[in-house]
Amino acid sequence: MQIIIIGAGVIGAAIARELSRYDIDIKLLEKEPDVADGTSKANSGIIHAGYNADANTLKGTMNVKSNPTYDQLCEDLKVPFKRNGSLVVGFNDEDLKKLKVKKENGEKNGIEGLEILNREELFKKEPNINKKAQYALYAPSAGIISPYELTIGYADNAVRNGAEVLLNTEVEDLIIKEGKVTGVITNRGNYQADLVINSAGLYSDKVAKMAGDKFEITPRKGEYHLFDKVHGDLVNNTLFPMPTEKSKGILVLPTVHGNLLIGPNANIIDDKNDFSTTSDGLEKVFEGAKKLVPSVPEDGIITSFSGLRASLPSNDFHIGFSENKKALINLVGIQSPGLSSAPAIAEKITEMVNQYFKNNNMEIKLKDDFIENNPSYPHYHRYEENDEVEKWQNVVEKNEDYGEIICRCEHVSRGEIIDAIHRPVPARTIDAIKRRTRASSGRCQAGFCGPRILNILSNQLDIDPLEVTKKGRDSKILKAKSKELIIKDINEEDNVGDKNESI
Amino acid sequence: MKVYNMVVIGAGPAGIAAALEAKKNGIDDILVVERDEYIGGILPQCIHNGFGLEYFGQELTGPEYAFEFIKELKETDIEVLTETMVLDVDKNKVITALNRKDGVIRVKGKTIILAMGCRERTRENIKIPGDRPSGILSAGTAQRYTNIEGYMPGEKVVILGSGDIGLIMARRMKLEGADVKAVLEIMPFSSGLVRNKVQCLDDFDIPLKLQHTITRIEGKERLKRVQVAQVDKDFNVIKGSEEWVNCDTLLLSVGLIPENELTKAMDLKLHPVTGGTFVNENRETNIEGVYAAGNVLHVHDLVDWVSEEAEIAGEAAANYLNDNLTKRKTKIKISPDRNVTYTVPQKIEYEFGDKNFIKIFMRVTKPIENVKVNFKYKDENIVSFPKKIVMPGEMVTANLPTALIKDHMKEIKVSIVKKEGETNGKK
Repeated sequence: MQIIIIGAGVIGAAIARELSRYDIDIKLLEKEPDVADGTSKANSGIIHAGYNADANTLKGTMNVKSNPTYDQLCEDLKVPFKRNGSLVVGFNDEDLKKLKVKKENGEKNGIEGLEILNREELFKKEPNINKKAQYALYAPSAGIISPYELTIGYADNAVRNGAEVLLNTEVEDLIIKEGKVTGVITNRGNYQADLVINSAGLYSDKVAKMAGDKFEITPRKGEYHLFDKVHGDLVNNTLFPMPTEKSKGILVLPTVHGNLLIGPNANIIDDKNDFSTTSDGLEKVFEGAKKLVPSVPEDGIITSFSGLRASLPSNDFHIGFSENKKALINLVGIQSPGLSSAPAIAEKITEMVNQYFKNNNMEIKLKDDFIENNPSYPHYHRYEENDEVEKWQNVVEKNEDYGEIICRCEHVSRGEIIDAIHRPVPARTIDAIKRRTRASSGRCQAGFCGPRILNILSNQLDIDPLEVTKKGRDSKILKAKSKELIIKDINEEDNVGDKNESI
Repeated sequence: MKVYNMVVIGAGPAGIAAALEAKKNGIDDILVVERDEYIGGILPQCIHNGFGLEYFGQELTGPEYAFEFIKELKETDIEVLTETMVLDVDKNKVITALNRKDGVIRVKGKTIILAMGCRERTRENIKIPGDRPSGILSAGTAQRYTNIEGYMPGEKVVILGSGDIGLIMARRMKLEGADVKAVLEIMPFSSGLVRNKVQCLDDFDIPLKLQHTITRIEGKERLKRVQVAQVDKDFNVIKGSEEWVNCDTLLLSVGLIPENELTKAMDLKLHPVTGGTFVNENRETNIEGVYAAGNVLHVHDLVDWVSEEAEIAGEAAANYLNDNLTKRKTKIKISPDRNVTYTVPQKIEYEFGDKNFIKIFMRVTKPIENVKVNFKYKDENIVSFPKKIVMPGEMVTANLPTALIKDHMKEIKVSIVKKEGETNGKK
């Protein structure tokens, strides 16, 4: 049996992993040079408790069902995850009423441990919170996770269990025969399938349209600031303001790696490829965050980024078979809490796939040699965080590459970078290495380690340093060898630069 | 655990000079730890000239300047560990480091010299919005690619910030055949040395656009263009002045930050202006026997003064180890006053011994001509030094004679004012 999954975000990767439990030939197709290269790499990184959505929506059920599974899942996949708790902060009695409604809704959804905190209890948990805060809805089961590491962990595990991940592979059309999807046409050839799963995120409407299914994804941009780890303990829980109709508002939270994160704002845009930040947006993020924590620092930003949520007008996930063609499942509008819902969504899809094959007199069998766990790659910073630096000695003794620190801000060794290049879903770009190791994600932003990582990539992949990219395609780091430009200048008579510029 | 008399963190110009000076003062068992594969710090990639005029009285290139010290170091028995990253230093002066050969290393220093240098500020530090393509890098990283790795990071270059590395790299990229479109500076004056502005920009017809900045970056994969805009005196963008400039490379020379993560790990507080720790005249931090020198303490524009400062620390550490120091009964605070942003040192804590003067390093807030550097105790003028011109990009120094420092002086204030008594001098 052959299944093609389009889009290697957290949803596609989770589905690939769950389906790889079965005796199926799985291909996970991704147009970008790495998995988790769209919405899954740029979001708040929260595993929500699940009190926001109604129990009769997919958002509500999937999130609540997924939340308790994260501890075991992250242990299996070796993904950093922490239940730090969340607080929705209220400033007056009007807010208190809304918090109570939220709490009731959460309890109806089956969430345990929800509590309304009074001022004193709130300040005990969050000493730096706005002095005017009065109440908060506390959800102990909310957590923080690295969303791209979860995606990579899922995808790696799928590959370990026989799935194939095809990067830089963009689906241009579906192959349809007699009302049934039988494969896909990509920029790198055609692939046959008995069933196609569309988890193309921002582009899931585009893929659905290839089968005649009409959806309209509206990208909603959210901008963030990420701060130096020295500010990581400004807050302990994930702090939410009172939500509006449109969004959960601008949050203040620690990341699972110990940084401070603020954002996102929410702006509807047209261009699904527009990940740019704006000065106005970044200012709004600051303003919003300061309402919750006035002492959010002006300095110490490591990076500012934006992510796009793939939202549908219905405001719920759409998960279902194509209405027009057979053998296609569409997952559309998987925006927040998509990350928090990934395990249950993957489970739901697995049930649908099983049922589909059964209905069509085909059968898929569970493998008996499924590998549940990912191997644990050594990471120096984890030894450091656990105060076990002495034990790193054993790691270095086995392989001295682990003794050479390449990224000095995040303390990442050469060995860790080489591991990333050779993982089941391999890192082929500077950014892909960053997501797997944290190298270059620190305060100097690759100023020191950039040239060194470039050399490691060039050596390990046996490619010219001029071919190494930041994030694939045309994003090369270097332009020419020394002196090449001078020779080019001499050979080109007319080299006057761009016209119409006063500079 | 092996105990050294001195452990020096960083084998750049500061670390080497401090180690050599301690050695000259009779100290054995010195270890210098360096994270790079070679010693000399940033100097080996600074292949331009202009180094050593103050220290050696002759003009050298960066590698030549470094070589003078490296040569001397090699003639001593000072232990040097390269490709070894110091990961932690604690208050008890225990150092944890890591390298390929030894793995995790733990040593103790009876004295420690912090000489980790500085790092460059990034695009994120100055919050330029827009896309996040390749082709945006700090001037120092570009310098490494060009001068050490042998590659050109770009062809059409815009440089933001007129710091010295930016000016040097404008010329360097031009000489390598790149089209260097402009150097932009948000301030109304260049933040680099005057000679660098003349020799690197003027001589090569590279425009310096003062009061200009970048307001947006475009390019999904590789940098395509930047939006350049003029700013007013409060750094607000002047509407209508925006202009798009096509380029594939943006070099940033927007300031340097002392690399003090290890210092912070020792619970040493950092000075809000210098970004370095607080020190006394011996460059000793608030932990006895722990010294800081060079760019980790405050960013210098001349390496010559880094060497000089490190020698002060090296000698002081030797005196500390030889028990040759006496603390003053009361310490003297050195405070910046009018037009002075900071001073190093910030205090005087020891008896002067045979020292005739204490050299005070300082920076001025804005360019001013015909000034006096005044040292005052309350309203009483201790001493004044005339200077023809002072600029923020060039460190100001003055030797405060020890004979004039009296026991009752608890705080000495340093100001730089117009000779005629004017305070708001303009260039």
